[in-house]
Amino acid sequence: MSLADLSITEAAAGRRSGDHSFVDLFDAVLTRANHTEAQLHCYLVIDHRGARAAAETADGELSAGTDRGPLHGIPIAIKDNMNIDGLETTCASQILSGWVAPYDAHVITRLKEAGAVLVGKTNLDEFAMGSSTENSSYGATRNPWDTTRVPGGSSGGSAASVAVGSSFAALGSDTGGSIRQPGSLCGVVGLKPTYGTVSRRGLVAFSSSLDQIGPLARNVEDSRILLEAIWGHDPGDATSWNGDYPDISAPRVDLRGLRVGVIDQLSGDAFEEAVSDATRSVLDGLSDEGAEVGEVSLPGFDVALAAYYLVAPAEASANLARFDGVRYGLREDGATSEEMMRVTRATGFGPEVLRRILLGTFSLSAGYHDAFYGQAQRIRTHLTAEMNRAYEEYDVLVSPTSPTTAFELGARTADPLSMYFSDVATAPSNLSGHPAISVPVGLDEGGLPIGFQILAPAFGEERMFAVAAEVERLVGFDTRPVLAAELA
Amino acid sequence: MTWAPVVGIEVHVELRTLSKMFCGCAVSFGGAPNTNVCPTCLALPGALPVPNRTALDSIVAIGLALNCDINEHSIFHRKNYFYTDLPKNYQISQFDLPIATDGWLEVDTGEGPRRIRIERAHMEEDTGKSTHVGEGGRIHTAEKTLVDFNRAGTPLVEIVSRPDIHSAVEARAYAQELRALVVELGVSDARMEEGSIRFDANVSIRPHGDSELGTKVEIKNMNSFRSLERAVDHEIGRQIGAMEAGKPIVQETRHWDEAGGLTTSMRGKEGSSDYRYFPDPDLVPLRIDEEWIERIRGTLPELPSTRRQRYLGQGLDSHSAGVLASSDADLRSLHDDAVASGADPTASANWITGEITAWMRRTETEPGDLDLDGARLAEMVGMVADGDLSASAAKDVLDGVLSGEGGPREVAEARDLIQVSDRAAVSEIVGSVLADNPEAVARYRDGEHKVVGFLVGQVMRASGGKADPQLANELLRAQLSG
Repeated sequence: MSLADLSITEAAAGRRSGDHSFVDLFDAVLTRANHTEAQLHCYLVIDHRGARAAAETADGELSAGTDRGPLHGIPIAIKDNMNIDGLETTCASQILSGWVAPYDAHVITRLKEAGAVLVGKTNLDEFAMGSSTENSSYGATRNPWDTTRVPGGSSGGSAASVAVGSSFAALGSDTGGSIRQPGSLCGVVGLKPTYGTVSRRGLVAFSSSLDQIGPLARNVEDSRILLEAIWGHDPGDATSWNGDYPDISAPRVDLRGLRVGVIDQLSGDAFEEAVSDATRSVLDGLSDEGAEVGEVSLPGFDVALAAYYLVAPAEASANLARFDGVRYGLREDGATSEEMMRVTRATGFGPEVLRRILLGTFSLSAGYHDAFYGQAQRIRTHLTAEMNRAYEEYDVLVSPTSPTTAFELGARTADPLSMYFSDVATAPSNLSGHPAISVPVGLDEGGLPIGFQILAPAFGEERMFAVAAEVERLVGFDTRPVLAAELA
Repeated sequence: MTWAPVVGIEVHVELRTLSKMFCGCAVSFGGAPNTNVCPTCLALPGALPVPNRTALDSIVAIGLALNCDINEHSIFHRKNYFYTDLPKNYQISQFDLPIATDGWLEVDTGEGPRRIRIERAHMEEDTGKSTHVGEGGRIHTAEKTLVDFNRAGTPLVEIVSRPDIHSAVEARAYAQELRALVVELGVSDARMEEGSIRFDANVSIRPHGDSELGTKVEIKNMNSFRSLERAVDHEIGRQIGAMEAGKPIVQETRHWDEAGGLTTSMRGKEGSSDYRYFPDPDLVPLRIDEEWIERIRGTLPELPSTRRQRYLGQGLDSHSAGVLASSDADLRSLHDDAVASGADPTASANWITGEITAWMRRTETEPGDLDLDGARLAEMVGMVADGDLSASAAKDVLDGVLSGEGGPREVAEARDLIQVSDRAAVSEIVGSVLADNPEAVARYRDGEHKVVGFLVGQVMRASGGKADPQLANELLRAQLSG
């Protein structure tokens, strides 16, 4: 087994017991990347020099007696829509080509303080718009379980890198499922925390009211460690929660009597049989341990995806207006400044981004505003209330994370709606702002991972982690992707 | 047909806060281009806005001073349009839930006070500045456009009046009153020439007596009160001319050309604009509770309209009360101190708005540097009232006092300007003047009464200018008739 296959906890313990250095850990993920990048394309850039220097510093500090905690010296990958001072932020878009971030995102500051080694920037769907990482203007990322298949998206680069071991864990961003869905398709743990608990400062905005940064990791404990490092109030983000945060230092739950609500709307024909079977088997396991599993009907889930695809593009149409060629990034020529902006935007954005900007602009336009954007916001309010009512009867809600396992590259690119449907189980939590986690629970007959989603009420992370850890224990999923297994 | 003009005014006030509306950059003017910027006001990827609490305090103060309701809940919206000097290509502004609504401002053009209703005051951010280089300096003909973002993100309060203004003169009075108010509140420099307060006017006309509003035209680019008045006046005339010639008024924005003295049609920012307003998801709804409002109310200074009322109550005429109420704070406290020291309010106000203001202009002295306190002004006013100083001698004394020669009595004595008001002494001089001018006495007795003026002059000369001329006049007439 390679060092690259250790969990964060194991890697941290090994360094402290003298089994290896932090530089060794970095070398291990670098070796893994060297062996897999040509096939997978997880990274847009690896910061060889900076990361090695950080690993050396981490070793030096620890030897000198400064221990920054569980992430000290651990190689972490960052989705390339978060700013790292001095590195390019591309959002996988041509429109940002050449733009070097002059400041660290809040989460990056926090990770640096925690002593983490930032390996590099991972691939994504352009501006995080997509569910397959095929919308990257720098080429798709492939799934380490089957390189003919997508890793999911938009945080596909982060998810695939964690799965294959070219990082120990990674940060992604989740606007409609962009952490949980690729987590599910790559067989890793991905979670979206309660809206407002992780600062968005330095995350390039897609849809500000839905975007949340969260971890991708190889197990529930590692994801917990990462979340604990990055969350907390940031006065630089006006939407950052400035109240009490749940104590997630040691999540614990007794499955006996735990009330588990299975979301009725997230089942049926649209869900692959293997996915439904795996979900049922987890529920059986929970029942066997004394949990009270019941079905809950949440009609809001039937319209949530439609609402999501109105709210997110609407906000995106304004958030992406700043990419105009005036101040940074790509600039195309034009006879007037207006034409320069128009040509720059038409050239610099890919087709999916243009589609969403147009959708959003349309749904905010005079005459359509109330019927589209307005109606979507009402659905959002209604859905949140519906979910909150469900939490009066259930401690957690559960569902499959994705209706399908990883699909083949190109399978859905011609049909945006089928691609959008990938988010059906995940987008509602973004609309409500509630936390949710995807835990790998099995493989389908083709050897592709299946994710199980646990949803919790706002600030219910402690319960969410505790139940996720129980599911992880019941399932005993510790399979590695073929690529990683071959290399190990 | 006679036409009734209807005017509403939109005012943009740049707040003089330490930092910008949504970032930590300083609010300052005149720096090298693009030096006073940061990720937020340049709209770099990932940058977020955080509202400036002091700016919110300022708009609450403006709202209260304008007698508005301060809404407990309000929301920042995004106003979407593309323009090179708008970094995010949307402006953070307010839409249907502004901070302050439904107030009024009292103005007086000399025909008695009138209340102009205020529709709203809302918070937003300023843009950068574009300079179009090359032909004509207009955007569509420019060779290139230079953009300076130093001003981008400066807190801006927009104050919108109801269409309650009925003339160009009233438009000017409203603008002046509003400027005086924000200056008094200390929330803005409000310098029209620097653009830190900007007035746009919405002008329409309708047949006299009609209640339905006509098509409104927005006029921009007035950079003085005078040009505001001229522009509104011109636009009213233009519209009346058009209507009488049977031409329709087109809803549009027109540009005031100061040199040409006329308005010209200006292209809109995006044709007919659809700003696609929606609540800014980077910001949370604002909650301004009673405690906040009361804290600001407690810091409000006396406002010009309140002060004018107070001066009217002291017996000042409407003009003096108005001038003094909107004059410099140092001059007002000079008046208030003088009155407190016993000066007659009208006399004090006249001296301040007349001779003292003239002296400051002549010597280029700022009100704060005046070497005069209320007690001394009161003393001088008292000396005139008591007949110890003639009005003309008092001007000399004032000059001496302001030049640092000492107190009024000290100066008057040093310059030998104390008026002789002693009846016996003046009577004696009168006697000798009459004795020396038998011819004039004869003419008076023949009915040529105006000769008394000549005799008063002789008394003044004989007294070395110190006799009280009124007393001299009275005694001359008494003795001539005796």
